[in-house]
Amino acid sequence: MEYLPTLHVHRPATAEEAVAVRANHASARYLAGGTDMVVNIRRGIEQPEHLIDLSDIEELGGIQASANGLRIGAGSTLKDLADDRDIRRVYAAVSEAAESVAGPTHQSYGTVGGNLCLDTRCLYYNQSEWWRDSNDFCLKLKGNVCHVAPGGSFCFAAFSGDLAPALMVCDAEAELLGPDGRRRTPLADLYRDDGMDHLTLKAGELLVAVHLPPPDGDGGSGYAKSRVRSAIDFPLAGVAVRLGLSSGKARTLAVALTAVAPRPHLVEGSEELKGRHVDDAWLDDLRDLVRAQASPMRTTTTKPWYRRRVAGALAAKVARRIAEG
Amino acid sequence: MAKTHLTFSLNGRQRDDVVPDNMLLVDFLRETAGLTGTKIGCDGGECGACTVLVDGSPRHSCLTLAVTMQNRDVETVESLAENGRLSAIQRAFHEQLGAQCGFCTPGMIMAAEGLLRENPSPSADDIRQGMASNICRCTGYVKIIAAVQTAAAELGK
Ligand SMILES: Cc1cc2nc3c(=O)[nH]c(=O)nc-3n(C[C@H](O)[C@H](O)[C@H](O)COP(=O)(O)OP(=O)(O)OC[C@H]3O[C@@H](n4cnc5c(N)ncnc54)[C@H](O)[C@@H]3O)c2cc1C
Ligand code: SF4
Ligand code: FES
Ligand code: FES
Repeated sequence: MEYLPTLHVHRPATAEEAVAVRANHASARYLAGGTDMVVNIRRGIEQPEHLIDLSDIEELGGIQASANGLRIGAGSTLKDLADDRDIRRVYAAVSEAAESVAGPTHQSYGTVGGNLCLDTRCLYYNQSEWWRDSNDFCLKLKGNVCHVAPGGSFCFAAFSGDLAPALMVCDAEAELLGPDGRRRTPLADLYRDDGMDHLTLKAGELLVAVHLPPPDGDGGSGYAKSRVRSAIDFPLAGVAVRLGLSSGKARTLAVALTAVAPRPHLVEGSEELKGRHVDDAWLDDLRDLVRAQASPMRTTTTKPWYRRRVAGALAAKVARRIAEG
Repeated sequence: MAKTHLTFSLNGRQRDDVVPDNMLLVDFLRETAGLTGTKIGCDGGECGACTVLVDGSPRHSCLTLAVTMQNRDVETVESLAENGRLSAIQRAFHEQLGAQCGFCTPGMIMAAEGLLRENPSPSADDIRQGMASNICRCTGYVKIIAAVQTAAAELGK
């Protein structure tokens, strides 16, 4: 039988109850689909004494459309996103990202909340206990040295969830519930540039839902990722693009990256590309802009230079696909 | 050791057990319920050998805590044969040589079962995509896809 630490599983019926359980137990962690959490428990990366199973909480489920846009409950599965007609039509980047996560079985029970709150990843971290032990662990957990950048005191483990950049280019907001009540924040602000502590969630805060505003005008969005195998693999680099066009010119543009830094982030400086014709020269400029802001480190077996180059190429590919309708 | 009183449906029969909170569903199936059809092929979420259906959808029993199955409906490969007669998918895997060593087969069959319930006449690409969470080290997949196509044709008659 598989060895797991002793734990208590709580099954709250409401979001408020979940937050209360968390507040009462410092070592408690939320459990949604478990496709990352249970892997990490089995590898000794997480050793919670209490797990709060979120799957019974009605408020976390469901995708609702209204005049204000779309509300996606944090407990919605990736398959729910990929199958939703509104999302497919209006926020294509989001359904493309959902469909690109791991494989179909993972998508059928892995959730939006788990994907957005995913731990950061690194070659030297996502390994079994004995593997990490034989390597003297690392700065992120139990060790003193970062094997990616020895001598430094920073952890470069990469945030590698696929949904975050896609939701970010669609101007998503996160709805959070904590001991001090509810708040809403732009999704981009949920993250900080620190592989050891990449979420800005306050102690015990629960992600309840993601809100997407109604889309503006024509154009569209898309997501693409590079990975070693075409199924069941985390991104080496992932790029979401939203591009609004009027008579062939870029009217609006948002680009966001994942897997090339400890946090997913919006690419800055895209204003300079606005108002210009989306032609080959424009796509080259977009590619170069993305390459300059992708900063992967040696956290995967694939070399950082490749991940930086492929990030630029993916951005141009997605933008071209949108422009060509 | 925290334990939970767990009631759920397993292969159509109601179970009633007291289960340690830290027990994985795959261990419950294999060691408590004695259903050893479900396999463990990796250290979590990589291979699909442990795939079962929960409320009709495929799920890795190696990443699922048994106690989270409260009031849910779990189906394993043992649920498919009726009165000793193999189901269409099982027969097709046998006849089309979709199994070699057989270790991935229960997971493959449950993934195929989930896929065909949702999409009774999948294209070869639908099958490749729909079963992409399952890894086979023997067959090269060609025979597995043929088996699912054969089963779909058989069920569609
Ligand atoms: C083989 C394999 C391949 C994978 N490939 C990919 C991939 O390509 N791309 C990708 O993005 N992911 C991948 N994953 C990771 C994972 O399957 C998905 O990211 C999934 O969406 C995680 O959701 P979950 O519900 O299973 O999360 P869980 O494992 O339940 O939780 C993940 C984390 O989020 C926290 N959490 C969950 N819900 C909330 C909430 N509502 N509020 C606050 N915190 C919360 C948990 O405490 C935990 O820390 C892969 C996993 C495996 C095993
Ligand atoms: S970047 Fe360094 S500290 Fe962070 S997980 Fe990797 S090896 Fe550990
Ligand atoms: S044993 Fe569950 S995925 Fe490999
Ligand atoms: S038949 Fe041997 S692993 Fe698939």
